[in-house]
Amino acid sequence: MSEAELLVTVRGLRIEGRSEDRWNEIVHGIDLDLHRGEVLGLIGESGAGKSTIGLACMGFTRDGCRITDGTIEFDGIDLRNISPARRRRILGRRIAYVAQSAAASFNPAHKIIDQHTEGPMIHHVMSVAESRADAIELYRRLRLPDPEHIGFRYPHQVSGGQLQRAMTAMAMSCRPDMIIFDEPTTALDVTTQIEVLAAIRDIVEQYNTAAIYITHDLAVVAQMADRIKVLLRGDEVEEADTRTMLAHPREEYTKSLWAVRTFAPPPKPPAPPTEVPVISVQNVSASYGAAPVLFDVSFDIHKGRTVAVVGESGSGKSTVARCITGLLPPTKGQILHNGTPLPPDYRKRSRDQLRQAQMIYQMADTALNPKVRISEILGRPVQFYTGLRGAERRRRVEALLEQIEMEPSEFYNRFPPELSGGQKQRIGIARALAAEPEFIICDEVTSALDQLVAEGILKLLDRLQRELGLAYMFITHDLATVRSIADEVVVMKNGEVVEAGPKPEMFTPPHHPYTDLLLSSVPEMDPDWLTNLLKQRGVENIGDAASARM
Amino acid sequence: MTTLLYIVGILVVAAAASWLFRAALIAVLPRPGKLLFRTMPLVASFGLLMIIIYVSAALFAPVIAPYGEAEVFDKFNALPGDDPRFLLGTDQIGRDLLTRLIYGGRNTIGIAFLTTVLAFLLGAIAGFLAATVGGWLDQLLSRTVDALMAIPQLIFALLLITIFGQSTINMILVIAVLDSTRVFRLSRAVAGNIVVMDYIEAAKLRGEGLGYLIFREILPNATPPLIAEFGMRFCFVFLLIAALSFLGLGIQPPLADWGSMVRDLSQFINYAVFAPLTASLPLMAAGAIALLTVSVNFVVDWMLHRASGLKE
Amino acid sequence: MSGFGFDLLRLIAKRLGLGLITLFVVSLIIFLAVNLLPGDFAQEILGQGATEEAVAAIRRELGLDQPMVQRYLSWLGGALQGDFGTSFGNKRPVAELLGQRFLNTLFLAGVAAAIAVPLAVGLGVLAALYRNSVFDRVANVATLTSISSPEFFLAYILILFLAVVNPVFDSLSNVSPDLDFWTRLQRTMLPALTLTLVVTAHMMRMTRAAIINLLASPYIEMARLKGVSPARVIVHHALPNALAPIINVIALNLAYLITGVVVVEVVFVYPGVGQLFVDSVKIRDIPIVQACCLIFAATYILLNLTADVLSILSNPRLRHPK
Repeated sequence: MSEAELLVTVRGLRIEGRSEDRWNEIVHGIDLDLHRGEVLGLIGESGAGKSTIGLACMGFTRDGCRITDGTIEFDGIDLRNISPARRRRILGRRIAYVAQSAAASFNPAHKIIDQHTEGPMIHHVMSVAESRADAIELYRRLRLPDPEHIGFRYPHQVSGGQLQRAMTAMAMSCRPDMIIFDEPTTALDVTTQIEVLAAIRDIVEQYNTAAIYITHDLAVVAQMADRIKVLLRGDEVEEADTRTMLAHPREEYTKSLWAVRTFAPPPKPPAPPTEVPVISVQNVSASYGAAPVLFDVSFDIHKGRTVAVVGESGSGKSTVARCITGLLPPTKGQILHNGTPLPPDYRKRSRDQLRQAQMIYQMADTALNPKVRISEILGRPVQFYTGLRGAERRRRVEALLEQIEMEPSEFYNRFPPELSGGQKQRIGIARALAAEPEFIICDEVTSALDQLVAEGILKLLDRLQRELGLAYMFITHDLATVRSIADEVVVMKNGEVVEAGPKPEMFTPPHHPYTDLLLSSVPEMDPDWLTNLLKQRGVENIGDAASARM
Repeated sequence: MTTLLYIVGILVVAAAASWLFRAALIAVLPRPGKLLFRTMPLVASFGLLMIIIYVSAALFAPVIAPYGEAEVFDKFNALPGDDPRFLLGTDQIGRDLLTRLIYGGRNTIGIAFLTTVLAFLLGAIAGFLAATVGGWLDQLLSRTVDALMAIPQLIFALLLITIFGQSTINMILVIAVLDSTRVFRLSRAVAGNIVVMDYIEAAKLRGEGLGYLIFREILPNATPPLIAEFGMRFCFVFLLIAALSFLGLGIQPPLADWGSMVRDLSQFINYAVFAPLTASLPLMAAGAIALLTVSVNFVVDWMLHRASGLKE
Repeated sequence: MSGFGFDLLRLIAKRLGLGLITLFVVSLIIFLAVNLLPGDFAQEILGQGATEEAVAAIRRELGLDQPMVQRYLSWLGGALQGDFGTSFGNKRPVAELLGQRFLNTLFLAGVAAAIAVPLAVGLGVLAALYRNSVFDRVANVATLTSISSPEFFLAYILILFLAVVNPVFDSLSNVSPDLDFWTRLQRTMLPALTLTLVVTAHMMRMTRAAIINLLASPYIEMARLKGVSPARVIVHHALPNALAPIINVIALNLAYLITGVVVVEVVFVYPGVGQLFVDSVKIRDIPIVQACCLIFAATYILLNLTADVLSILSNPRLRHPK
């Protein structure tokens, strides 16, 4: 690898971004080398500047960003100082880009194949007819179903995973020297992600294309990259080849990222068989308007235990939560609280019934009113449910802040927009605790957070559960989270419970085929994981899985 | 050529005044204000300065105006320059035109402001209710507004004025009701975007009542777009009232107002070649309307630009 | 896959149906507004001193002695056949008074639209292309000023410069059916220019906003990153998607012309529907006011309907359903 010719050299790259009428530096002097045929993984949490750096390697900045210093050299060409016309002759032809959301990045007004052939046509690489034939060949190699005809559809007629592969084909259309992949699988479900990852890796290998692969997911980058560069707030933390980096990370920050996956609280003893569950979902079916979305769902949640409800988007896992809280009254079945049925509609429930079931949301940004102070966000439920006022109310709010490990004197009078993502999520937890509930629904509470922060939230939730004997229903699509905190697991697909049981059982075979597919699709921190998985499933199997999902 | 010089001269003076005004604001105000106004473009500063001048002139009209609003003199149809007592001359029944111009501003601005406030109270309350309660109430209000908005506003206003008769009070009520449909649409949309937020769901699940939801959770988040909308609605209402008065169907005598002044003086425009000052009389009243509207629009434009910039 | 989908036809049919209902509701509002008056309308028109017989005569003439449903149906039935009743003022059929004036108004609005639409869309695209340039900033201030000015202010400025100081056009638009096209155009020019000024400003700002909104889409960034030239980005990638918003902008402003036409016709004493409308409001000539309202509202609804149907047709997601 190291003998290969150097393709991209970036030195001392500095980029500024504009926010609130002011320029702030967001990338602080990054160096980067990429050889021909090599895949470099750029990894970092949100705000690390990885997309900005990736685009800068094409000599491109988004509106509101500007390159202030440094050199960007691509195959001997100074990309920072060439004319826009010359840069256009390189973009698409020698450097291509694959965006995060294929659905938004394909033009809705044109057929997929016409967008594919546009590049070769304007760059005079191939005739339109040649490029069409080539597109069909690429679709075949990327294992898209019906390669002869799929290109003649419009983008909205094709599923997300297929569209992402069609975009990879489009990037390949001029046989570029390098492709920038900007989080190409982040928006996809785990089982779809596998197909796209495998397709991207194969095609890049077959044509010996260099690539920069941008992602926040360590396990994904371990499958894709030859070398990994770790970024933190616009600075480089460290860089090494993938195996070295996974086995022996040097920097504390990198080690802490790796360590996240190992959080495992001690297991809890099983609930006594005679205990009445805090919440019991019994044969619940529900529908949005005329469209049924839940079919005969049942499970129990016991005091002091966590039930993880797992499934991909559209599986109905959030709908179950809406039925329990009473936002969506079920069409059949009922919800029992300590053995007594709850009124189906939340407006019919007593204040005490409402108090017993609280909710923590995925997006802390939309879960807290940005115009209301923390003192009121927490004080209002305290007063509303417990009737405390004045100094007593204040003391209770301060106690809650201490419980979630936030300094009362510092945060009491602040507004949510002044807090970080993790702090906002903690306030969300405190608001649920303010009601002194028995049961809390956690709806994807960690999926919008960076891994280290998410780790802190999981630890906090675990501690609170042990101290207060809370029952949790944990909605998530992330199996790593399930592995660390769940006591029982419920797997859902298309509105039905596929399989349910205690965690140890669920993570040991034999499984229901869907549970198996779901579990085996979660990337692991082993560079050979994808290769082994593909061998194990057989390449055809992936195609089958893809067509079965359509 | 001289016209061009005049225009350039006026632009330079306006720019200088706006610059000075902004500098004064930055110097006088406390820190948050300083930051706000430092990035204010010159046109917005000009707009703000003009609004302040208009509002003061309207408030202190009795002090500034040389005579009373309806005071009649024995000298009628005096042209500007005829009589040193009447700077801009008198009208056909002998009232001082400068006085009428100042009081006209007071009346037109005051009535437009009152009408806009009424339209806002009506439209915003209905809009918030529709968005928060939803269901049949939302359907009822929305469909009613759809039907009312299917007829162009000026046309509908004329129809209603025909029916209820021409009077200032009728005009205020008619325009307030018609304009509240636009406010309804906006406040329903704004509140609709807020109502889907999880913090509203959390408050609903807590068992909070409608009043708490609207006033404590929704309203604080809806104020910035509503303030900008208030500026725009004021412009529309102001122009509509001016148009109606110009047609003789709006503000009724003896109240002075700019719209009917334009109509009454419009014949003078034909004297432009030999008596330019006289010819500019109708344009002064019309220009006064345009200047205030454009000033409000400049400020609103800046506010909207800031709001969209902060979102990114 | 090819051709129009079922969804598309259903959407259009739904929209057309909604348009018809709106028209019906509007006719009901116009009719009821006059009939649900507090007190006795005939009495109010004639004033307190009117004799019993005069009031009774008006009541008969308005048909106030018949049940309301029957009056509405006969009024609507008549209107559909072009019979709007008889004017209170001069006792002539409303249709006869309106006929020629309606054509005149259409001519005026047509001339204004013919100048304004291409001008505004062209300038709007340019302002979007060169956004934040000097041209864009000047255009922003100029269009805001134009929008903020009452129609009569613009009209008198134009009269001042183009009729009084430099007598290019006539300040009074004295058109009649026997004029040849060019004389007629020459006499219509000043009111048409006034309307153009107002509408162009609106339309240009909205076109600019619609295109800028689109230029922020990921697929436009993708086209740029494929090395597509700026001109091709606009023509090939942005414009096919901008059709719907631009159609809406045009329709909205043509509808706005309807309101503007009333004031402008009065300023220039142009013999159109608007002028007749204002005169009739002053003397409370109910049949004419009702007819004018119905005509303006119907035009307005038809324009919005056309825009809706065209933008449904220009949406690729609807034209090529799954």
